[in-house]
Amino acid sequence: MFKTVRGRLIVIVAMMALAGWQLYSHYRSSCGEGSPPSCVKRPLKLGLDLQGGMHLVLEVADPDNTMTAAAKADMIDRVDRIIRTRIDEFGVEEPLIQKAGNDRLIVELAGISNEAQAKNIIQTAAYLEFKLVQPTADMEAALPRIDRTIVGTLGVDSIRALGRDIGGGEQGNIEELLFGGDTAAASDTTGGAVDTAGAAARDSASAENALRPFSSLLNFGDAPGTFLVAVEDVPLAEQFLAMPEVQRAMPRDQVLQWGSDVVGRGARNYKRLYDLTEKPFLTGEYLQNAVAGRDPQFNQSQVQFELSRAGGRMFQRFTGQHVGDYLAIVLDGEVMSAPVIRDRIGARGQIEMGAGTPLEEARDLALVLRAGALPAKLNVVEERTVGPSLGKDSIDQGSVAGVVGIVLVVLIMISYYRMAGILAVMALGVYVLFVLGGLAGFNATLTVPGIAGLILSIGMAVDANVLIFERIREELTAGRATRTAVDEGFSNALSAIVDSNITTLLTALILFNFGTGPVKGFAVTLSIGIVASFVSAIFVTRTFFLVYLRGKKASDPISI
Amino acid sequence: MRFFQGADYHFIERRKTAYVFSGTAILIGIAAMVFNVFTIGSWQLYGVDFTGGSLVQVRFNSNDVTAGQVRDALGGAQSPPITKFGENSEFVIRASLEDGMSIDSVAAGVERQLSAAFGPDAFSVTRTELVGAKVGGELQQKALLAVLFSFVLTLIYLAIRFELRFGLAAVIATAHDILITLGFLAVFRVEVDLPTVAAILTIVGYSLNDTIIVFDRIRENMHKKGARKRDPVELIDESINETLPRTVLTSGTTLAVLLALLLLGGDVIRNFTVVLILGIAIGTYSSIFVASPALLEIQKRWGEGKIREKKPKPEPATV
Repeated sequence: MFKTVRGRLIVIVAMMALAGWQLYSHYRSSCGEGSPPSCVKRPLKLGLDLQGGMHLVLEVADPDNTMTAAAKADMIDRVDRIIRTRIDEFGVEEPLIQKAGNDRLIVELAGISNEAQAKNIIQTAAYLEFKLVQPTADMEAALPRIDRTIVGTLGVDSIRALGRDIGGGEQGNIEELLFGGDTAAASDTTGGAVDTAGAAARDSASAENALRPFSSLLNFGDAPGTFLVAVEDVPLAEQFLAMPEVQRAMPRDQVLQWGSDVVGRGARNYKRLYDLTEKPFLTGEYLQNAVAGRDPQFNQSQVQFELSRAGGRMFQRFTGQHVGDYLAIVLDGEVMSAPVIRDRIGARGQIEMGAGTPLEEARDLALVLRAGALPAKLNVVEERTVGPSLGKDSIDQGSVAGVVGIVLVVLIMISYYRMAGILAVMALGVYVLFVLGGLAGFNATLTVPGIAGLILSIGMAVDANVLIFERIREELTAGRATRTAVDEGFSNALSAIVDSNITTLLTALILFNFGTGPVKGFAVTLSIGIVASFVSAIFVTRTFFLVYLRGKKASDPISI
Repeated sequence: MRFFQGADYHFIERRKTAYVFSGTAILIGIAAMVFNVFTIGSWQLYGVDFTGGSLVQVRFNSNDVTAGQVRDALGGAQSPPITKFGENSEFVIRASLEDGMSIDSVAAGVERQLSAAFGPDAFSVTRTELVGAKVGGELQQKALLAVLFSFVLTLIYLAIRFELRFGLAAVIATAHDILITLGFLAVFRVEVDLPTVAAILTIVGYSLNDTIIVFDRIRENMHKKGARKRDPVELIDESINETLPRTVLTSGTTLAVLLALLLLGGDVIRNFTVVLILGIAIGTYSSIFVASPALLEIQKRWGEGKIREKKPKPEPATV
């Protein structure tokens, strides 16, 4: 087949047809199901730097360094599956999700318009728990112990330093806790009292706060089992709650967890701190379905969920035993709502999203709940976003530069080698088709450095032709007949072409292994380019030469 | 058209001049790296890819916003470093990033400050990047490993295909190219990011390619009849001269393409292209003035090694 010119031409046409088919089929399937309507059909997949989008590298959080490598690998496998499901439901055109190393996940979403939303969908743990709200009596009894623990751990001085941040108007809280009374009213009156008191009184009050660092932040709650913490005190309270010593000082099997809402009381805003059982009696594992909707009564966004049969039975049994108690629905450590259990509850329930939450957010939550909870917290260790305008500029400029570069090459080759130059340019045309077809076939992504790699590999393809032509010229100068000179030229140039192509290919492979994103794109284009250039120079140019030499006598001059 | 047909330049004779030139270039580069260590804390101006940190790029709709105005809007003296990007009013802001902060909050902060100064519709954020410090450190290490690994692989390949001394000479020439390129980056404080590493590795590939073409010819001429009796300097010179038309033409076309990329390819790949152009110029130079002399020096010191031992062809018996 390779022996006759006819056979060679058939092979070339077949390869061109294959390359063309790859491009066409990629073009046809480029906007599949679930793609946004804005999706543009393209024969090649464009990288984020060309069409805009987001590149995220997520890492399994392991703050205490306790996970083994195997545990992390298993974790990232599960994370991978869940995030895939979530992104599929979210609907992104050709997302790229791949594991990197043993605890990282790369997520690339091209052409998305709302990055914050996408990131939220990826990062939300969606860990749903059902817990029972506890009466605060035990917790109140434990407060002096917790305060002492904090004082003992941090030292009086550093607490005083923090105490200044507590701010005015807070100083009466201890009394409120000890003597009861309406929170809002008490807060107002004590606030007024402090205002009228002198600076000295304020100092002594804050000295006292320093000794009750935590309990001084708490106000009586507006519902059983809750405390209220002024919004500006929340970070400090969080800091205290995060201390391991404090966690040990908590009453047995109880935890304090924040509510998601902000509650306004008088002129101030508060967050609720719920006193909950430490262990949930049921988790989102048993969730079967979740749908976003609107609560017709309060016009609030909500997510209605449905538990599996087993989960429903457990839920029913538990709520049946606790009629009259409060049930906390906890999502990712935040209490979404804590309704009272009026009767045993079956397999259905809902999560209130709070007033003013857009329905879209409820939809996102329903989506992540359906896809399942992430087994671990994920940290973003790398994030890149490219706006579509910058990407468009790159494409426009890259194509102009590419066209000008190719025209320059064509001009140089034809003016230097005449007819042989024209043959080489034709072979280069075939080469470009091979490369593009190869890129489509390997489902490679075209990036900005990728375009550069492509243009560079055109340079290498030219090099192979130059090597061959120079050899032919040498042979002709040495006085050989045309046909012998061409044959000798090709075979003598072969070793140089093989060696140089293989070494470059080795470098490209290393690049591929080492690189991320754009660099990888460059390596892929370069590798495909090198292989295609080899085929085009050795086989295609040669065939064109054979066609050109047909009908010429061995001694006829050739234009080279 | 033909260039350098039957050229007969004495390249090897001039190798001392080349050594001085290369040596000076490398020394200047190393001096700049040392200077950089003392002034900016690292031997190269690393981008966020390697240091970790964040980057927010904004494009203004009007073309007469200056970097100074942006700096004032972002807090004057306390403002993060701002660099102009390209021709238009587009700026890259390297906002500092505290532990646990997300790029959203950084970008939102920049946007807030800029819209307070210029109005909310005056600009758009075109690119944001965030790289954790840990990832940055790993990338630095990986880049170094990639370059070293490519050296080792090349050495092995060339030792098999040619001989060890060819491999050594090629690696010396490539190391030379990388050193000079790194020196250039250090002198002009070109930002080193991932595409820069890609460019450096491409230079490795290209420089090797060039060197191999010359070496291939040397190998061929060595195997010709009567080659052993010839002066190696003459033989190497002849090989370089024979490949000269190809060297010039190939470098010429590649540089033409790269110039087109530089002038028309846009700002995203500008640094990348500059590094490639420089590297290809140096790679062409080094295949003639560094690789071939290195081969000669190795040969002089350690002899031709294998080539003689491998083929101890007995002299044809003459009467």
